[in-house]
Amino acid sequence: MTVGVPGDSAIQVIDLRMRYGDKDVLHGVDLTVRRGEILALLGPNGAGKTTTIEILEGFRQRSAGEVSVLGLDPAVGDEAWRARVGIVLQSWRDHGKWRVRQFLANQGALYVPFGTPQVPRPWDVDELLLSVGLTGQADEQVRRLSGGQRRRLDVAVGLIGRPDLLFLDEPTAGLDPQARRDFHDLLRRVSDELDVTVLITTHDLAEADKLADRIAILVAGRIIAEGTSEQLSQRIASHDLVRWVRDGHQFEETTPDSTAFVRALLHDDGGSVTRLEVHRASLEDTYLGLVRAAEHPTTEAEEAA
Amino acid sequence: MTTTTTTTAAVIRSGIARGLIEFRQAFSGAELIGQLFWPLVTLGAIYFFRDRSINAGGVTLGTMMFPGVLGMFVAFGMVLVIQLLAADREDGTLLRAKATPGGIPSYLLAKLVNVSLTVVVYLLMVAVPGSFLIDGLETANLRAWLTLAWVLVLGMAATQLLGAALGSMVSSPRAASYIALAVMALTAVSGIFYPLTAMPVWLQWVGQASPIYWLGLGMRSGLLPDAAAASEVAGSWRTWETVGALSAWTMLGLAIAPLLLRRMARRESGSRVADRRDRALQRVA
Repeated sequence: MTVGVPGDSAIQVIDLRMRYGDKDVLHGVDLTVRRGEILALLGPNGAGKTTTIEILEGFRQRSAGEVSVLGLDPAVGDEAWRARVGIVLQSWRDHGKWRVRQFLANQGALYVPFGTPQVPRPWDVDELLLSVGLTGQADEQVRRLSGGQRRRLDVAVGLIGRPDLLFLDEPTAGLDPQARRDFHDLLRRVSDELDVTVLITTHDLAEADKLADRIAILVAGRIIAEGTSEQLSQRIASHDLVRWVRDGHQFEETTPDSTAFVRALLHDDGGSVTRLEVHRASLEDTYLGLVRAAEHPTTEAEEAA
Repeated sequence: MTTTTTTTAAVIRSGIARGLIEFRQAFSGAELIGQLFWPLVTLGAIYFFRDRSINAGGVTLGTMMFPGVLGMFVAFGMVLVIQLLAADREDGTLLRAKATPGGIPSYLLAKLVNVSLTVVVYLLMVAVPGSFLIDGLETANLRAWLTLAWVLVLGMAATQLLGAALGSMVSSPRAASYIALAVMALTAVSGIFYPLTAMPVWLQWVGQASPIYWLGLGMRSGLLPDAAAASEVAGSWRTWETVGALSAWTMLGLAIAPLLLRRMARRESGSRVADRRDRALQRVA
C-alpha cells in the first residue's frame, strides 16, 4: 500500500495484529486516514471493527503492528494527545441526571489548558449546542432526551474539546430512520464546519456510502477493499450476480466475468440447471458477496494457493 | 511547566464543580426521601436507648452510642464511594472520564467532594436533633470540637480512599453490595453500638483492625466525659493510637487507591461497557 506523507495523515496503521488467547482477530490491517476526511470502516459484526477502533483510541493494547494517531502511538498517548481526540461510543448512558449544558461545560473545562492562541479549547458550549441542534434542550436532564437527541449530545461531548480527530463506533445503531438521517446530516455538517477528521465504524453500506469520503471494508480481520464509494463501485460493482436452480436448490454467485461463469456452469450440468438469471450486481450485492467470500474459509484457502 | 500547573488547576476546579453538582443531585427531589432514612432510623435507636444505663461512670447506652454513631456515618462514606464507583463503571461515566484529559483525577476528586459533603450532611442530620435527646455530652468545651474536627477529617480521608481502593477491585454493582454488607458487618463488631470490651477477645481484635472502631473511639473521646473511658479497651481513650491507626489507613489508601483506580480504568473500553449493558438487560428480561 502507498504510505502518504506523515503530515497528510491523521491515522497511519501498518500490519496491525490482535490476538485474544489463541484466536486471531486482526490479521495485519493496513489503513490510512487523511487529515480532514471522513473514513468509514465498514464490515459485518465480528469483523474486528470495534477492536481496531479501540486500539486507535488508546483503550486497548495491540498484539503487533505499527500505529500512529496524530503522530503518536495511542498506547503511550499522553493527556495532550488525549485532548486532541474525541470519542463517541455506541452505548453511552452516563450522566443521566445532569443538565445538557452543565454536562458539556464541566467536560469542556478540562480542555482549557490544552488550548493555544491558534486553537482555543474548548468550543463555546452554546455555539456547539446550536451546531448539534440541542439549543432547546440545553437545560433538560440528559435522561429525558430522545434517542436521537442523546446521540447528538454524545457527538457534542466528543467535539467539546475541539478535537483534530473524532472516533465514532457504530453511532447510529438503534436509531429510527429519521433520526439516522438527521444524524448523517449533522455529521457531514460538523466535519465541514469544525474541520475535524472523522473515523466512523458501521455495518451499514448505505450509511458508509452516504457519509464517508472513503470506505475501508474490514472482513474477518482483514481490509479487503478500500477507496471512495465510486472507486469501490467501479471496482467491485462491475461484478454480476448469477442465480440458478439445480435439483430443486437455489444457487447464487457474484462473479466479475458472468459470460465465462455461465459457460462453465452450463458446460457440465447435464441439463439440470434451470431458471438461470444474470444481473448487474448492486454495490450492496457485491459487498455481501465479498463478505461471504472472505468469511468462507475454502475461498481463503483457494486465494492462498 | 506552566501547562502542568494549569492542568492541575483545571482538574481541581472541574473536580470540585463536578462534586458539588453530584452532591446537589443526590439531595434533590425524590432522592431526598431516601437520604433521610438512615439518619431517622439512627435517631430512633438513640432515643430508644437514651435511658438504659451501662457501667461507665453513669453514662447511658444512648449517650455512649451517640458519638460512635457519628463515627459510623463517617465510615459510611466508604460504602458510598464503593457504590458510586460500581454504578459509574456500569453506565460508562468512568470511561467518559478516561476519554477526557485529566478526567480520572477530576472524577476521583469529585467523588471525595460529593461523599464528604454527604457525610457532613448526615452528621448534621443526626447530631443536631441527637444533642437535644441525649444528656451528658461534653459539647460545651473547645477541646471537644477540636477533637471532632481532626477525627472527622482523618476519618473521611481514611475511609473514602479505602472505599475507592475496594470499589476499584470489584467488577459489578452486585459485588459492590456484598462489600457494602461486609462493611456493615464490620461496623457491628466495631464497638459503635456496644462497648468492644463486652465482646469476645478475638472479635475485639477484628474490631480494632478496622478504621471504623477508631473513628468511633475518637468521637467518644471528644464527646464523652473522661470517666466514660473506663469501658474502653485498656480503660483509656488511646488518643495517639487513634491518630496512628487512622493515619496508617489514610496512608495505605493514598498509596493503593490511585493505583487500583488506574488499573481498573485501563481495562475500560466501549465494548466492555456495552457487554455489561447487555448482561444487565438480560438480567432484567
